Amino acid sequence: MEEKKLNLTLKIWRQAAPDAAGGFQEYKVYVSPDSSFLEMLDELNNELESQNLDPIAFESDCREGICGTCGLVINGHPHGPIPKIATCQLHMRHFKDGDTIWVEPFRAKAFPVIKDLMVDRSAFDRIMEAGGFISVNTGSVPDGNAIPIPKDIASEAMDSASCIGCGACVAACKNASAMLFVSAKVSQFALLPQGQPERYRRVQAMVKKMDELGFGACSNTYACEAECPKGISIKNIARMNREFIKAKVKTEEIDV
Amino acid sequence: MGWIANALNSSIGKKFIMALTGVCLLLFLIIHLINNLTLYGGPELFNTVVKNLEGIKPLVRVIELILVLIFVFHIYDAIRVWYGNKKARPINYKINASAENSTLFSRTMIWSGSIIFIFLVIHLRTFWVSFNLGHPLAQSHNYYEIVVQAFRDPVYSLFYVVAIILLGFHLKHGFQSAFQTFGWNNNKYFPMVRKLGDIYTYIMVIGFASIPIYFLFFYGGN
Repeated sequence: MEEKKLNLTLKIWRQAAPDAAGGFQEYKVYVSPDSSFLEMLDELNNELESQNLDPIAFESDCREGICGTCGLVINGHPHGPIPKIATCQLHMRHFKDGDTIWVEPFRAKAFPVIKDLMVDRSAFDRIMEAGGFISVNTGSVPDGNAIPIPKDIASEAMDSASCIGCGACVAACKNASAMLFVSAKVSQFALLPQGQPERYRRVQAMVKKMDELGFGACSNTYACEAECPKGISIKNIARMNREFIKAKVKTEEIDV
Repeated sequence: MGWIANALNSSIGKKFIMALTGVCLLLFLIIHLINNLTLYGGPELFNTVVKNLEGIKPLVRVIELILVLIFVFHIYDAIRVWYGNKKARPINYKINASAENSTLFSRTMIWSGSIIFIFLVIHLRTFWVSFNLGHPLAQSHNYYEIVVQAFRDPVYSLFYVVAIILLGFHLKHGFQSAFQTFGWNNNKYFPMVRKLGDIYTYIMVIGFASIPIYFLFFYGGN
């Protein structure tokens, strides 16, 4: 059966360089509803290149929603209007013939635009370097069940760890706050025995780094949770607040 | 002591101050409303209540001073947080779907708060100044009449009601937001916190707003 293709108007943010002025440019595309959003951009780029025009710069890697590389703000939603998926999992069947689609990069001071729709998210790496790890001695593989962990705690830690670090929470937040990301990372360690030795130092160091990098504070609008492709819960933010306050009150170390 | 300042100047610390002062103000509003509702008991009851408060003036003054400090910190940190948040996103989105992922109340706290602040100043001028700084009716302990006269003005009453509705916006978000900031959020009791916040908000809005409406429309008086 012949598929019904869609006529769409794309308004895409084009910006030649980090400091260059950007603006929206209009493109008309004729696209299969089975095509993914990124495939549509690939096709458009092929066409631009065949006309010797500069292709639209955007990021992607795994294209199956687990790497966190892709991330576009589509009609005002990070990763598009369908909940709990990444941009790469968004298909054109969710749009109607004749639609106009606005595509913007993530906007945050801490995520400067590199080109077009690509932003520099290395601020997240700086936060992880500040404390998003556990220090372990190298050696042979530890015994499987040496550290017992209750199933529900393990599940909760896994839920937190399912954060792919895409930055949609920052993009969605009216304050460009990174609290959902940071709290997910704090939580995945705070919940497990392996995370205990550095528990309080970690939360303080990561929050401090997050503040230094120019992310905003949390207004508890919960937009982050609504837009997160992995459905990370705002309970993580509550946990981080708890951990942070506890760390400040309980621990003796003062310069973290 | 630098560590305390560092903790309170962090993004979570500032929000913690907002939440803590906010909760103090939530409690204050309950006491304020109970006092106000004595207006329904007629001039005698209300005037007696205010006169009794006059009797413990030094204590009232101390509480007022604490209240002022709470307000100052709440407003000071609100402005600091708001300014920092603005700076975190220098370029806005062309299309913003915030209406689909968050409530209006949560996104407009600075604006509802600002109008409540303007209201607070005018409100203090109307009542606190009259009650405390030698209004002739206050000297004869007829505080009730001051209220009657204030709410006789439809413009003032309307402004009062609008401000109270915006206070409701502020409380509806603020109540549960404070609990979230303290880290008191789990599946068991956060739904309860939200419910409780809504009930609290409705009681406050209906309670406070009923008074100007009563005096404007239903009070025969003189």
